[in-house]
Amino acid sequence: MTRRRQRLILLGVGMAAVALAAVLVISALGDSLTFFYGPSDLLARPDAATHRVRLGGLVEPGTVSREGTMVRFTVTDGKSSLPVRYAGVLPDLFREGQGVVAEGRLTPEGGFVAETVLAKHDEKYMPPDVAAVLKKNGEWRAQQ
Amino acid sequence: MTVEAGLFALILAAMLALLQALALPAAHLLRRPGIAGAIPAAAAAQALAMLAAMAALIHAFVVSDFSVRVVYENSHTAKPMLYKVAAAWGHHEGSLLLWATLLSLFGGLTAFWRQGLPAAMRLRVLAVQGILSFGVLAFVVITSNPFDRLIPAPMEGRGLNPLLQDPGLAFHPPLLYVGSVGVSVAFAFAIAALWRGELGPGWARAVRFWTLIAWIFLTVGISLGSAWAYAELGWGGWWFWDPVENSALMPWLTATALVHAVRGIEKKGGLEGWVVLLAILGFGFSLLGMFLVRSGVLTSVHAFAADPLRGVFILGLFAAIEGGALTLYALRGHRLAGRVAFAPFSRDGALLLNTVLLTVACGVVLFGTVYPLLAESLGLGRISVGAPFFDATVLPLMAPVVALMALGPLMTGGRDSLKRLAPSIGIVAACGGVGAGLGLIWSGAAAAGFGLAAAACGGVGLALWNARRRWTRRRTGMAFAHLGLAVALVGITGGSQMAAEAIARLPVGGAVELAGRSFGLVEVREVPGPNYIAMRGTISVTGAPDLTPEIRRYETPPQTTTEAAIRSTLGGDTYAVIGDPSPDGTVVRVFVKPLLPWLWAGSALMAMGGALALASGIPLTRRRG
Repeated sequence: MTRRRQRLILLGVGMAAVALAAVLVISALGDSLTFFYGPSDLLARPDAATHRVRLGGLVEPGTVSREGTMVRFTVTDGKSSLPVRYAGVLPDLFREGQGVVAEGRLTPEGGFVAETVLAKHDEKYMPPDVAAVLKKNGEWRAQQ
Repeated sequence: MTVEAGLFALILAAMLALLQALALPAAHLLRRPGIAGAIPAAAAAQALAMLAAMAALIHAFVVSDFSVRVVYENSHTAKPMLYKVAAAWGHHEGSLLLWATLLSLFGGLTAFWRQGLPAAMRLRVLAVQGILSFGVLAFVVITSNPFDRLIPAPMEGRGLNPLLQDPGLAFHPPLLYVGSVGVSVAFAFAIAALWRGELGPGWARAVRFWTLIAWIFLTVGISLGSAWAYAELGWGGWWFWDPVENSALMPWLTATALVHAVRGIEKKGGLEGWVVLLAILGFGFSLLGMFLVRSGVLTSVHAFAADPLRGVFILGLFAAIEGGALTLYALRGHRLAGRVAFAPFSRDGALLLNTVLLTVACGVVLFGTVYPLLAESLGLGRISVGAPFFDATVLPLMAPVVALMALGPLMTGGRDSLKRLAPSIGIVAACGGVGAGLGLIWSGAAAAGFGLAAAACGGVGLALWNARRRWTRRRTGMAFAHLGLAVALVGITGGSQMAAEAIARLPVGGAVELAGRSFGLVEVREVPGPNYIAMRGTISVTGAPDLTPEIRRYETPPQTTTEAAIRSTLGGDTYAVIGDPSPDGTVVRVFVKPLLPWLWAGSALMAMGGALALASGIPLTRRRG
């Protein structure tokens, strides 16, 4: 085997592997990307109901209610708010008036059904996504 | 006083690194070869200085010296001693200091590695390590000085994030860092080879040795991190494709590829260019991981910094190191091209294909990790790329890797024939078929997972049988590592495909059914801990001891953590968490995860295999190069 042929084989193997990866990536990107919205953005998008999305904002104080394992609360970005339903254990740091990210879908009735709920990791920390939504709507207060 | 001594040692180490980097060019320019003789001494002194700096920081944490800003921000007098020590690296500045210390330590240790390595190569390797150390130390001193004082000193600290108060987490970052920093040695060897224009004797052996050390630590560090997430986050999962997890996985994938690729050139040459490229990319992924984790661009429990200057500095460092290395590779890489031709259908061919697949999988992980950042900066909206993406891309790429891992060691080193290999393929395929048939009871994915695991076991068994007259430590190590991956795959498949969960809000005395067993809430009561108060639930399980999950409330900082109760047997885990106590009951969430403990056993086997293979390469005699 000549070095030239060896190099061609190497190149061919590499290209084939990269092509395989590209096909996998492109087909996976189509249906596994999750977009992030605040309540106002999400309500302004008529097509959003069909997709799995992440909804970020603050938990509106006084809206959290529990019924069996079902939790209901409202997420707000200062302009609009959206009622959220979630069946499961809320994260340790879920609190009224604090940042939250809910992943799930809009229902045809206009509510949001969450499959997962993430809260901030500690007292000092605000998820950048939530901070961006709040800043956009002028609700941002620098924390310390 | 110790704090100032620590800062002094840190700056001294940076100066020694500069000396180490510049001595070789200086010796050349001034025509005074004697100057280069100072390089190994500088490397050793730099390592000692950094150990002193790290010791000074740990001392400040142990005595709770709140006049040091990072101690005030991350520690508390009420914290148990283990976590006071661990808090020294549980934040941005300290973790970078640890990173830099390990980099210097690896540099110092390579100074003592002589094994058949010509002096010209040794000095170049150390010079490259001096450049790397100087870059990282400059970053620490300029943007992230851990020895900053606070005047006046506060009386009490703010405490460490309680999520980090876990024994697994006290040890997981240092182990992971040893791994990701260890890849830098192979990088230094790669650059030194490009600088010299040839690999020379002893190169492959040294690269294999140091990369294997890094690989073992990465394997253990990633496993511990997963085990922490599994026990501490209370979500019942152990891998979330979180960007920070990916940052550790990427160096592991390239280190795996490098350990395998270098084996080929150690024996008879060939593929030198590819090995050098892998070494350059491997350390690139380590640096990129540090950038992603430490620059604050990611949403993560690991993202400490929110200072843009730091992000820009790390990105600059990354661009300079990797850009420089790849440019050098483009200019001089062809000089290293192998002189020995290799056969595509051979053990080396299978090995090569696997290293390519591992590298491509690593590229896909990289794409999925940085795509949200790219999309946002290009104005495509805020996107998150999660588990569905990685499951759909990485797993199909890893399946052939496992199949080739089963078959590769059965092939001959030279050109092999399908006819000779056919019986072996038959045996491996039969094992795989049995596994897949068993897995079909649950799902198609379970069939794939168990099938591949069984095929890998068959391959390992057959390879050991073929080599029964000449077992070496290295061969046994390989068998252990490959078997470990198969065992881990059984754990991963069982724990995901056969798992079940139930959730209910139970009053005391209530019960929930799962997988034919009854989980009853016996009581919920408060139990005081060293620096927290726990709400402990007692859950009775049919035919097994009680589970006692907790919710812990900390005072400083005020925060709550979930402690899952996990009972592990060979057959699987029973896992329980409690949440939200309220007048109408407590939420109880229980999981049954069959075979999941096999994942940890498999990881341990892999690390042991690496250690065995390493032992075969430890130099027993000292020879002058």
